[in-house]
Amino acid sequence: MSATSRAATDLIRARPRGFFGDVLTVAGRAVRSLPREPEAIIPALIVPVFFFFVNTGSLTNLAESAGGVSDFKAFQLPVAIIFAVTGISRANALVTDIKDGYFDRLLITPIKRPALLLGLMVADFVLVLTLGAVVTIMGILVGIRFATGPVGIIAFLIIGALWGLAFTGFPYAIALKTGNPAAVQSSFLLFFPFAFLTSAFVPVEALSGWMQTAARFNPVTYLLEGLRAIILEGWIWSSIGKALLAIGLLGVVSFGLAFITLKGRVSQDA
Amino acid sequence: MTGAKEAGAIVARGLQRRFGDNVAVAGVDLTVTDGEIYGFLGPNGAGKSTCIRMLTTLLRPSGGDAWVAGRHVVEEAGNVRLEIGVALQEAALDPQQTGRELLTLQGRLYGLTAREIESRIGQIVGFIDLGDAFDDRLNTYSGGMKRRLDLAAALVHNPTVLFLDEPTTGLDPISRNKVWEEIRYLNQGLGMTVFLTTQYLEEADELADRVGIINKGHLVAEGAPAELKRQIGTDVIVARVANPAQAAAAVRSVQLVDVVEEADGEIRIGTTDGAALISPVAVALAEQGIDVTNLALRTPTLDDVFVSFTGERIVV
Repeated sequence: MSATSRAATDLIRARPRGFFGDVLTVAGRAVRSLPREPEAIIPALIVPVFFFFVNTGSLTNLAESAGGVSDFKAFQLPVAIIFAVTGISRANALVTDIKDGYFDRLLITPIKRPALLLGLMVADFVLVLTLGAVVTIMGILVGIRFATGPVGIIAFLIIGALWGLAFTGFPYAIALKTGNPAAVQSSFLLFFPFAFLTSAFVPVEALSGWMQTAARFNPVTYLLEGLRAIILEGWIWSSIGKALLAIGLLGVVSFGLAFITLKGRVSQDA
Repeated sequence: MTGAKEAGAIVARGLQRRFGDNVAVAGVDLTVTDGEIYGFLGPNGAGKSTCIRMLTTLLRPSGGDAWVAGRHVVEEAGNVRLEIGVALQEAALDPQQTGRELLTLQGRLYGLTAREIESRIGQIVGFIDLGDAFDDRLNTYSGGMKRRLDLAAALVHNPTVLFLDEPTTGLDPISRNKVWEEIRYLNQGLGMTVFLTTQYLEEADELADRVGIINKGHLVAEGAPAELKRQIGTDVIVARVANPAQAAAAVRSVQLVDVVEEADGEIRIGTTDGAALISPVAVALAEQGIDVTNLALRTPTLDDVFVSFTGERIVV
């Protein structure tokens, strides 16, 4: 190396990049990885589409005649969105990083620690928004119309994606706590009570006793009411507000867990 | 945690780490001066990696202090991170990225501008010799390629102190030589201080200005390889025998014998004059009726040093 290039090299020294720069760097890597792991995305689309057609195919007549639902397809689209986005996260990739030692490589850099998680969540938001859009387009293709028009479609997508984002804290907490791929895989079990102990198939009022009680405590119930309002009724702010509040509460719990476990993982005591 | 700062690229004072009841590192003192290659030698489980994880801010010491580039590893961890480059055991890479993407990301995390990253990649890419594979995903790389890229990732930001945890474990001899050349260039050409752990005596001998031998969490010896070898005598006579204990007893009283060590199936005799001693040793063994399958004279290796300080051989 010549004297001049050595001098130029000397000027290039490490410096802290700043919080937003770090988040963008981590997010950039995660987003770039998304299309490279189609095996992680395709099932996330098959499940909601499958359930949408099975549910509408089997239950439409029943629900519309006896359940008091005017348009069962529109009634089911929010369920499909929730099936598509709930539990989607980069937690598997995070566990792989921990196992491979790449996470340590990141920890040795001056990166701001919360950026390690927030960057992944930015990528998650991009992904759940995309999945939600695909499912919504499918809904529109089968004839669902939004009472709130094009702005409603966007609001519908964003609320669905926010729900997906709020849920990511759980798998991340499990990933960071255990560093174990099997534990992260089993975090999908959380999806079942949230997705099924609710008004997924019939309105809350039509649910039987204990199930109705469970549904009243399930944030998904309020999320579904808000999303259904946007499709079927219009800008019913009380329902939409409750949906956002449910997302916010879930987010506080799940992000709280995730960032507490992150703190444990990145402390020098780990 | 307190303690006065001391001069040196790496300074450890009473550095300790416990995991529950298990003491992984039991009070290590060492000083690595600027521009030195320091080899940290020890068998698996000796505490090498635990030491490196404490010095690179990944692990908090249970006791003692350490400074790297003049910064305390716990109290000034952020500043330490700006100064060091680290390649951990088993290349820590993301298989989904390409070599170029990985180095670019690494550069960003160290706050380099796009132009600086490009310039650094330009300087490093020839050096790590990946050719066209640099733009391929890492899941297509061989072990040697991964290790070289891992080393490059540790260098993007021009660190002043480079930590390498077993940089050549698992590599074939050709790849190993290549990594050795690179380490020498970084040290001699760029003046980087290098702290490397290894379980290969040959590697420490080849590269290190000074060697620290760690065993069961204790630093048992430290010095230049030649100095350490001198300490155990200038020459070594090795006799392969069926009963080392009996053979050792037979030669211990022979004149010129400085030290006798028993090892698995052989004895090693340290002496200042091997040429003069070899026939008296042969006679002494023959007189006791000991069956000798091989008798050889050689200069000591770090292996001998290791045995002399730990009573065990490094088993790789």
